[in-house]
Amino acid sequence: METKSTLPKKFGQYGGQFVPEVLMPALEDLEKAYISAQQDRAFQEELHNLLDSYVGRPTPLTFAQRLSTHCGGAKIYLKREDLAHSGAHKINNALGQALLAKRMGKSRIIAETGAGQHGVATATACALLGLKCVVYMGTVDMNRQAPNVARMKLLGTEVRAVAGGSQTLKDAINEAIRDWVTNVDDTYYLLGSALGPHPYPTMVRDFQSVIGQETRSQILDAENMLPDVIIACVGGGSNAIGIFYEFINEKNVSLIGVEAGGLDISGGKHAARFADSSIGRPGVLHGCYTYVLQNEDGQIALTHSVSAGLDYAAIGPEHTYLREKKRATYTHASDAEALHAFQLLCELEGIIPALESSHAIAEAIKLAPSMSPETTIVVNLSGRGDKDLDTVLDEIDLKE
Amino acid sequence: MTIPIEEVTKAFNNEHTAFMPYFTLGYPDYETSLDIIQSCAEAGADLMELGMPFSDPLADGPTIQNSTQVALNNGVDIEQCLQAVSDLRKRGITIPLMLMGYYNPILNYGEQRFVEKAEASGANGFIIPDLPPEEGASFEYHCINNKLALSYLLAPTSTEERIKLVSEKASGFVYLVSLTGVTGARIALPNYLQDFVDLVRRHVTNPLAIGFGISTPDQAQEVGKLVEGVIVGSKLINIAGDSANPAEACGQFVADMVLALKQDS
Repeated sequence: METKSTLPKKFGQYGGQFVPEVLMPALEDLEKAYISAQQDRAFQEELHNLLDSYVGRPTPLTFAQRLSTHCGGAKIYLKREDLAHSGAHKINNALGQALLAKRMGKSRIIAETGAGQHGVATATACALLGLKCVVYMGTVDMNRQAPNVARMKLLGTEVRAVAGGSQTLKDAINEAIRDWVTNVDDTYYLLGSALGPHPYPTMVRDFQSVIGQETRSQILDAENMLPDVIIACVGGGSNAIGIFYEFINEKNVSLIGVEAGGLDISGGKHAARFADSSIGRPGVLHGCYTYVLQNEDGQIALTHSVSAGLDYAAIGPEHTYLREKKRATYTHASDAEALHAFQLLCELEGIIPALESSHAIAEAIKLAPSMSPETTIVVNLSGRGDKDLDTVLDEIDLKE
Repeated sequence: MTIPIEEVTKAFNNEHTAFMPYFTLGYPDYETSLDIIQSCAEAGADLMELGMPFSDPLADGPTIQNSTQVALNNGVDIEQCLQAVSDLRKRGITIPLMLMGYYNPILNYGEQRFVEKAEASGANGFIIPDLPPEEGASFEYHCINNKLALSYLLAPTSTEERIKLVSEKASGFVYLVSLTGVTGARIALPNYLQDFVDLVRRHVTNPLAIGFGISTPDQAQEVGKLVEGVIVGSKLINIAGDSANPAEACGQFVADMVLALKQDS
């Protein structure tokens, strides 16, 4: 077998390595270690066994019968990443990278988190593998995702509050990078989405692509055909690329990413990088060239979303590439639409989805009625919504 | 007529190690920042680095982060940073001026437009901490066309291969980051500096300047024995922030540092 020594650094023109010099050698080491792990059967088996016996993979593909009937039209299936251990798809990547860190001899793990799902997944993986863990989280996010802060602490992780900037995911990443620059010798940066400098977007995609691989065999079992449409929410875009990747060469499968439409697009209170050409255009944030929300001076814009996990100014570079190649399309759902979808899924299916995933549900609800009953939609239900109850209860009235 | 990049190299031709302060444009406000920079130049600074604010300065510690946020709150944008260079030239400042900032605002403004306007304003070159040589080809091209310097950085973690890469691409001086970390004053400097400098010298013929963590005349002297230039940023920002007369206080600090470097040579 031919041994590859490097991976492509860019997706078309997007991606790359825009980081301080201190980190360039660390990224080279990481790429080498990742390639070697990929080619090591023992590493792959260890990861596979953990995904099987610890995470609970494969996660089910559930036919959402009452939601489908309610919408009228396409059959809606849910890929149940909410049932993965620790409550979201994030664990797939966290375990993969934590094993890699251990293989590289790193004793300390750092991570950023927005919604807290990646922080919890990383804390979980570190507890399991006996690694010291520090998670950076914006103070705004700590308030709105308090249950996840408590979970991380219970798992033995130190949560460091980030009070700078917008006090959300972007600022947590800044602080994690500053930590990494300072402690690069013994520290592994476990980045949680398909963004940042190469090789992270590629590596995170690979660890998440198990979602799409399982979906393919599960939908073939259920329907004996591939889905017509796959829908996923997109913050950085790891759950979306994780389910899309397996289907990129299946031209008859439409891939739809859903960004956070926030309050509204025209007012700028959103995190929809592709929807608002007044502030969304190619730029560099956190080490990669991709679509970035920014003002006319190139300063990074403050974003808004009801869901902390989508509240980020840049999108993973491979999504920008898929959009440019017209292989995937990207739309957005507003805070109100996501909250409506959240409630509908609770009431019709007995599933409490994460607010992030509710954006994908919202798009399925819009799209399904226009499709025929023989067609199918798969929604990546990327996480569960227990963490969001405080936010949701502030926004909606419960029926007495 | 002077050639901007040659002026940068000449700044290292003095008897003493060059002193190269960094200061954030627009901190604590636009006019005061120019007064401070002028005062530093008049106190004997050999070259100045002018910080252009960015919302997400991920290589900077709290001191410079805070100063750039203040500058952004004051409405300082890339246009005004370019204006600052020409305003400083009008004030009679002749030492080399390097613009230092993150890549996104430059990319957004347009690389060619930015470099050409910088040249017209009287700038001598650039330092862009998040633009490693692998990503710098197009920016380099415009620098060469306009005879401006592009100083790449090297760090203690840099491999010999990377040092060779920077030696091929760098123009003006090479910026050595003294430690793994963000900008900010430190009590002690790392003891591996000598080995780091020796390794770099095996491949790089450009003048070398060391920055990150340096704040006192003693530290400047110690570092000055190893290289041709010493860079101080956060300490100067702290002095400006703490003083009722920041231009005078910063000028005094620069005079002390230059004296220390002259005594040592």
